[in-house]
Amino acid sequence: MKISTEYTSGIKDGIPIFLGYLAVSFAFGIQASKIGLTVFQAGLMSFTNFTSTGQFASLTIIAAGGTIGELAFSQFVINLRYLLMSCTLSQKLNDNTPFYHRFPVAFGISDEIFAASVTKSGELSPFYSYGLMSAAITGWTLGTVLGVVSGDFLPGNIISALGIAIYGMFVAIIIPQTKKEKSVLSVVISAMIMSCLMYYVPYLSEISAGFRIIIITIAISVIAALLFPVKEDTANES
Amino acid sequence: MKVNIYIYIFVMALVTYLIRMIPLTLIKKKVKNQFICSFLYYVPYATLAAMTFPAILYSTSSPYSAILGFLIAVLLAYKGKSLILVACSACLAVFICEIILVTFGLI
Repeated sequence: MKISTEYTSGIKDGIPIFLGYLAVSFAFGIQASKIGLTVFQAGLMSFTNFTSTGQFASLTIIAAGGTIGELAFSQFVINLRYLLMSCTLSQKLNDNTPFYHRFPVAFGISDEIFAASVTKSGELSPFYSYGLMSAAITGWTLGTVLGVVSGDFLPGNIISALGIAIYGMFVAIIIPQTKKEKSVLSVVISAMIMSCLMYYVPYLSEISAGFRIIIITIAISVIAALLFPVKEDTANES
Repeated sequence: MKVNIYIYIFVMALVTYLIRMIPLTLIKKKVKNQFICSFLYYVPYATLAAMTFPAILYSTSSPYSAILGFLIAVLLAYKGKSLILVACSACLAVFICEIILVTFGLI
């Protein structure tokens, strides 16, 4: 496909991500302004970090005057899932994709961009990624700025309703495939059950959110890979 | 000593980028191993499912509105509706549910 077609198609698929991010980063902006970040600082953080969970967690540490080491470690753990996503995505790129495309494509690896990229059939064109990133990073940064500026003048019930937006997107990404494949359905249900156990059971619940996600992802995916090995062509196409 | 906010932002950005960049630049060949391929295939579903539940229950002012939003999202996603429609419907369900809860003094 032509470069411009790939780019346009990325932008198009990126529109729902743009809107979802606008809502979530808006909530982030409100939080950031509460701990005293300026519009520029919060906007810069969103533009250079581009990670929802990591940024929310950082606010707690920054507000408490935590050390750089603590911040770096928390980001490492929370965002370690990107390492797995990056491994998966490396299989979608053409083997000959040069470094000058791999470096910028890597920057765009977020939960939603990853989901849109892996579910696209065939090889991943870097220009499709750039399209997704253009929409998503704009939405993420713009929403943050708007959130800081409007501070708390939005009514609480609207902010509360926006809080569920990101999870609605996650549900929309995972559910359709559970209909097609029993194995994916088992993965989703067991991951949710295990997540509940680790969330509510004493001692287990002391594990941080970032580690929890990593442990569940690795455990469930290993078991699923042993029980339901994927045929090569399925793994490449979907 | 108070750490400069820009140092915080820079360190966060660096750590996050390295995690994203290293596998994508180092793994340049297709992995043929069926176990690894299968493992990587299931990763996004396990991650997103674990991130969604039970965290979704605490994403709004009340677990009741969150459960309703979750059920609406699952139903619409099951019917194959688009990302944005699913997300917006969940938000709207939460919004309406909370108005009702507040009216009856339940939250």
